[in-house]
Amino acid sequence: MATKRKITTADKKPAPRPDLIGGHTLSMYVNNEPGVLMRICQVFARRAYNIDSLVVSQGRDPRFSRLTLGISGDPAGLSQIIMQCTKLIDVIHCFEHMPQDAVVRELAMIKVMVKGGEKRTEVLQIVEHFGGKTVDLTESSIIVRIEGASDKVDAAMRLLVTYDIVETVRTGKVVMARGEGIT
Amino acid sequence: MATKTKTTKKRKPKEQLDGAQAMIKTLADLGVEYVFGYSGGAALPIFDALETVKSDIKFVLTRHEQGACHMADGYARATGKPAVVLVTSGPGAGNTITGIMTAQMDSIPMIIITGQQVTWMLGKDAFQEADIFGITIPVVKHNYLVRETNDLPRITREAFHIATTGRPGPVLIDVPKDISQSPFTGDMNAEIDLPGYNPEASYEIDDQDIEDAALIINAAKRPLILAGHGAMISGAEMELMELATRLNCPVTSTLLGKGVFPETHELALGMLGMHGTAYANKAVCECDLIINIGSRFDDRIIGKAEEFGKNAKIVHFDIDPSEMNKMITPDVQVIGDAKAALKKLLKKVDSLETTSWLEKLDGYKKKFPLSYAKQGGLRMQKVLDEFYELTNGEAIVTTDVGQHQMWAAQFYKNSESFKWISSGGAGTMGFGFPAAIGAQFACPDETVIAVCGDGGFQMTLCEIATACIHKLPVKILVLNNHYLGMVRQWQEMFFDNRESGVDLEGNPDFVKLAEAYGCKGINIKRPADVRKKLQEALAYNDGPVLINAECVKTDLVFPMIPAGAALEDMLTERPKHKMAKPIGST
Ligand SMILES: Cc1ncc(C[n+]2csc(CCOP(=O)(O)OP(=O)(O)O)c2C)c(N)n1
Repeated sequence: MATKRKITTADKKPAPRPDLIGGHTLSMYVNNEPGVLMRICQVFARRAYNIDSLVVSQGRDPRFSRLTLGISGDPAGLSQIIMQCTKLIDVIHCFEHMPQDAVVRELAMIKVMVKGGEKRTEVLQIVEHFGGKTVDLTESSIIVRIEGASDKVDAAMRLLVTYDIVETVRTGKVVMARGEGIT
Repeated sequence: MATKTKTTKKRKPKEQLDGAQAMIKTLADLGVEYVFGYSGGAALPIFDALETVKSDIKFVLTRHEQGACHMADGYARATGKPAVVLVTSGPGAGNTITGIMTAQMDSIPMIIITGQQVTWMLGKDAFQEADIFGITIPVVKHNYLVRETNDLPRITREAFHIATTGRPGPVLIDVPKDISQSPFTGDMNAEIDLPGYNPEASYEIDDQDIEDAALIINAAKRPLILAGHGAMISGAEMELMELATRLNCPVTSTLLGKGVFPETHELALGMLGMHGTAYANKAVCECDLIINIGSRFDDRIIGKAEEFGKNAKIVHFDIDPSEMNKMITPDVQVIGDAKAALKKLLKKVDSLETTSWLEKLDGYKKKFPLSYAKQGGLRMQKVLDEFYELTNGEAIVTTDVGQHQMWAAQFYKNSESFKWISSGGAGTMGFGFPAAIGAQFACPDETVIAVCGDGGFQMTLCEIATACIHKLPVKILVLNNHYLGMVRQWQEMFFDNRESGVDLEGNPDFVKLAEAYGCKGINIKRPADVRKKLQEALAYNDGPVLINAECVKTDLVFPMIPAGAALEDMLTERPKHKMAKPIGST
């Protein structure tokens, strides 16, 4: 599951990084305190794992925060890193979620320059196909919002890449365990 | 005429503490005996509280903050209890890093309190402001930057709890000056609040894991117990002895596990690993079962991981789940406190028939004994061997890092826990002498010997002053080869004997140096004098004594397994052929 893809006007067709395909999704429940993120990031950096995406927000109980991390790297070492994170005093729990057991969503905003009505119509068609929304529209530009599973966002990106994209912003994925599973 | 004054009963004002006083009171409540430290501006309120709060806490002014950490470390290793380090902000705090890292690597409980700039100056590069919270995250078990005066007692108590339970480690508390100086209006008994920390769980051992372990153990023919520091921390000496004798199973220990199983016992094989005994390493290669109790399979004991115990099943007991599968993938893992786990295991295992296995190992003991050349000058091994004899192996021995450390590990056999104090994981030069001071404070009636190289001793020798002031009868043994001997050994063996950055020319006259501090000094130059001079040192108890032993300059430590090589590739003598540079590890 690709989570980080740089698209710039200079580089329209980036090759997907093979190590990102099948990226891991971790969730953490942690104390909501300054410095906690620093501790967690150090565990990953020291073992040369890249954090491809990171979403942090306050939990329902404001004493805690929820994290979703998209991680790429060797799965063998990852289970050890999960234990090293769990060991941190500020971490209540840390789990890896498999795609079949969890709902994963993210949101992307894409700014496309559209000079001329023809291009604009094409872009809007693509966006509609993916259930996206137009959130900003000017004579020369359009910002679209696409949300869903990361691979859906990726697919939309792949189609839009042929247009004049100037900026993209992705939230990074958030995860929730299905059924009675714990996130 | 004096007017009659109304005699109002003077009401004692309600005791108003400031944050620093509340903190020191909490430390006293927790039973802290010693604070080692070095003063400075940001820590002034805390130093003042040491004077204004009545308590039994004793403060020791060291000569360097690193020394303070190693003293607290030595104190903890000799007692199992933590001591406190108290230093100022910025450079004071910075000087503690190596000491904290040393404690973290070897799971040593320690509380480090650092003064800090006032809160509103943080992040503004104010005088002596350093982000010590951020700097120390990778080298502590946990740390705090205190933001509320009223949190001080709770945080202090949490720090203590975290440092001393589960797998122990250092905890740092950074206290801005305004926080320590402000009035304390909170609850001195505020409860600790650590929802992400549950060390009690380590006493619940999974029954199935014990069953699985017992199944493998009961089927073994050539078992080997590997005893680590974890067994010592959990106090599992009796269970370990019971297990070894019931199974008729030989026991090897790690550098930090020395003493948890008596090294003089007939089942003991001594230390394993890079400079371990040949018979311990042979046992690892030939056994069919390794029962690892509280060792983290450090790279210096396993050598090439793929080859380690390749003929053996492996059972790994560890309190820290993140040690499982890290270096070695065990067949059975038992997570939890070693003593609790062994108690359960002992209900499930029977005696084993291992006569031929033990005979085989005895053969190795005879074929590859630890020995040294009696000719060719004064050898470190000889001095250590004599010291061992003269103290009946009962002294507390601390070491620095290098050749002398490995020889001390080989020749000073330990029969008890907490009597061997050596920096293992970090391999910190400069550790040995201050650690001995800490151990001597903890155990005033024991003989404490600091075994140092001439290199490492010079890193923290300023603490002679500390030892002298407190009249601590520490025996400082400087095994002087005028070289950074261990590094020179590697250069001789793997770098065509090209010496680079290892010649300690410019060494002082150590005896004169000691005398300048008011410390007794003794020189040993000839093998024939060793016993007499050591006896003289042992008989002197009015203060520290430094023994400078002029040793062979270019001796090599054997056995040796080159870093990253398989245990089978052990060298027991100077190699005749050129060696490849080790690449697997350092
Ligand atoms: C602080 C620190 N710096 C460098 C080293 C690398 N090192 C390991 S052993 C050693 C030589 C130690 O020399 P010495 O203290 O004279 O002891 P010897 O090996 O000669 O017994 C060195 C430099 C270290 N372990 N610690």
